[in-house]
Amino acid sequence: MATSALSPRQPSPTVAQPPRERISSWPLADRVCYWLCWATGVALCLIALAIVLFMLVKGISYLRPSLFFESPAPSLHQSEAGGFLDPIVGTLIVTAIGTAIAAPAGVAIATWMSEYGRPSWLARAVESAIEMIAGTPSVVLAIFGLLVFARSFFGFLSQSASDGQVTGQSFFIAGIVMALLALPLVVAATREALVQIPARMREASYALGKTRATTIWRVLLPSARPGITGGIVLGMGRIIGDTAIITILLGSALRNQGVGSVPVLGTLRGFGSTLTSYVYNDSPAGEGNAPQKAYAAAFVLLMIVLVLNALVTRLTSGGTERSRAWSWPALSWMPWTR
Amino acid sequence: MELAGTVVDAMDPLMPPPVRRIALDREPNVAPPRSAPNGGPAIAMGTRLRGPGPTSAEVRERMSIESVWLAYGENWVVRDVSLPVRQGEVLALIGASGSGKTTLLRSLNRLTEITAGAARSGRIALDGIDIHELEVNDLRRRVSMVFQQPNPFPMSIFDNVAYALAEQRAVRAVRRRRRTPELEHAVEDALRRAGLHDEVGGDLGRPALKLSGGQQQRLCIARALAAQPEVLLLDEPCSALDPISTATIEELIVGLRESVAIVIVTHNLQQAFRVADHVAFMHLGELVEYGSSDQVFDRPSQQRTRDYISGAFG
Repeated sequence: MATSALSPRQPSPTVAQPPRERISSWPLADRVCYWLCWATGVALCLIALAIVLFMLVKGISYLRPSLFFESPAPSLHQSEAGGFLDPIVGTLIVTAIGTAIAAPAGVAIATWMSEYGRPSWLARAVESAIEMIAGTPSVVLAIFGLLVFARSFFGFLSQSASDGQVTGQSFFIAGIVMALLALPLVVAATREALVQIPARMREASYALGKTRATTIWRVLLPSARPGITGGIVLGMGRIIGDTAIITILLGSALRNQGVGSVPVLGTLRGFGSTLTSYVYNDSPAGEGNAPQKAYAAAFVLLMIVLVLNALVTRLTSGGTERSRAWSWPALSWMPWTR
Repeated sequence: MELAGTVVDAMDPLMPPPVRRIALDREPNVAPPRSAPNGGPAIAMGTRLRGPGPTSAEVRERMSIESVWLAYGENWVVRDVSLPVRQGEVLALIGASGSGKTTLLRSLNRLTEITAGAARSGRIALDGIDIHELEVNDLRRRVSMVFQQPNPFPMSIFDNVAYALAEQRAVRAVRRRRRTPELEHAVEDALRRAGLHDEVGGDLGRPALKLSGGQQQRLCIARALAAQPEVLLLDEPCSALDPISTATIEELIVGLRESVAIVIVTHNLQQAFRVADHVAFMHLGELVEYGSSDQVFDRPSQQRTRDYISGAFG
């Protein structure tokens, strides 16, 4: 009956495959463009590979454990030029000061822009200001910082020469100007993270009789934490890698030279060096006295930034266990990292 | 040739998919439609969850909505609605999309104020006091709300409920995860009232987002109940849930009505029939009909209500 009419004589399923495109059938111009795109991608991979391999070979061959524990010394002979303990400490200090300023300020600015943003003309002005700072070359920021902080009003942040002229160069000042470099990254990441939080989270909190401030502290910022942390780490990478601000605002010293007798404060008010300025000064382009040590320091610098980048990928990619696994952006083309 | 034809057919967006017949090994078992008994509801509604109704002494008016008009910008979305909200019974707001049910509901704890351009006229009173004279966060603690989508915060189950409990000044203590015995007791009590305690009881430190959809919604109800509100607003609380979770939550709603006045917005007529004591039918911002559930579903006085309930529109 009806059952037999419906009885199974199922057709074997045919999956329609889209016809495979053949590039050879394209017009010549398209083919040329296609191959150019392909070649550019491959070239970029090769350059990344070259950077890592070159720094690996050059850096590791000159890297000695002692370099991490010795202060640099002025010497014409490379063997007597010491290590880069001071630059590593300097990098840590500048990064700490810059992050300590940029992180809270950036989160505060982004929270205001995303959760309040009134009046709207002020929000637009703040946004333009952030974009302007993000687009300003760091050397311009550095010169601007020198202009501001070399005034006697800011004398407490650096040291004064015997004639009362304020140098405007110290860890404090470099860190403060570095904060401007990291700020746009923190703001952008925080805003992005806050925008991602669905409106129903806010409504749920308001409906429980919570104020806007409580909602921000207890619901929104904790939810946005991975994004915010990612932005902060990205900003740290930016600070660690910048040379211009260090060269201009940290005095290009070889060693960290404190001022006065107060231990920590004195160091922060004094000249110093970081890994970037150390690489510049010791490379053939600078004074060129210790190029091997410059290579070793550059390798350490590269490794620090790569680790930070991997940290960003890990922090911001939430998602699955697999995507949260450690990934090395510059190395991820390697088959065994897939 | 044939293969090429297949490819073209498969890629044609106007082509309907091929009919796939399902092989049956026995006759289909379809229940014949029951004819509605005389005077009964126009459609089969299932069974009511309401037990013997509470005595009239237990029912008392908590909120009154008096000639309320609500607008977003230039558009009036609620026109001249007057309704009582009573403790001891469930009030269901039914009506098609865009009838203003949700807006009316959100105005009861002034959540409409979050939306820019929202305006109101008329009076809404909680225990005789105009809600606009109350401090807004105080009002929202007394008139709590559960939303359409389960929206637990991305924290632990315990913290979700504890967050609702924390008075503004005590938030710091909660943030430090200081679990005082009173706090723990209050959280467990709220979870128990929402019927979630037995399911999650042992592990309150679990992230709330790991719960199932139905459990998440009950957590949201627990969160809303934690601050001991006097009125509970439910905005289509089951529309994102499966039938079993829906049944659990409906039983919960019916059980809760003795201790808290409940207003539920629902698209689901059967749900309104199952849980509501009084029903208000809204259409295009107007209150068309308000009456007891029996009266609205069995003997609607308005033609539009009759049409809506029988499925003519909406």
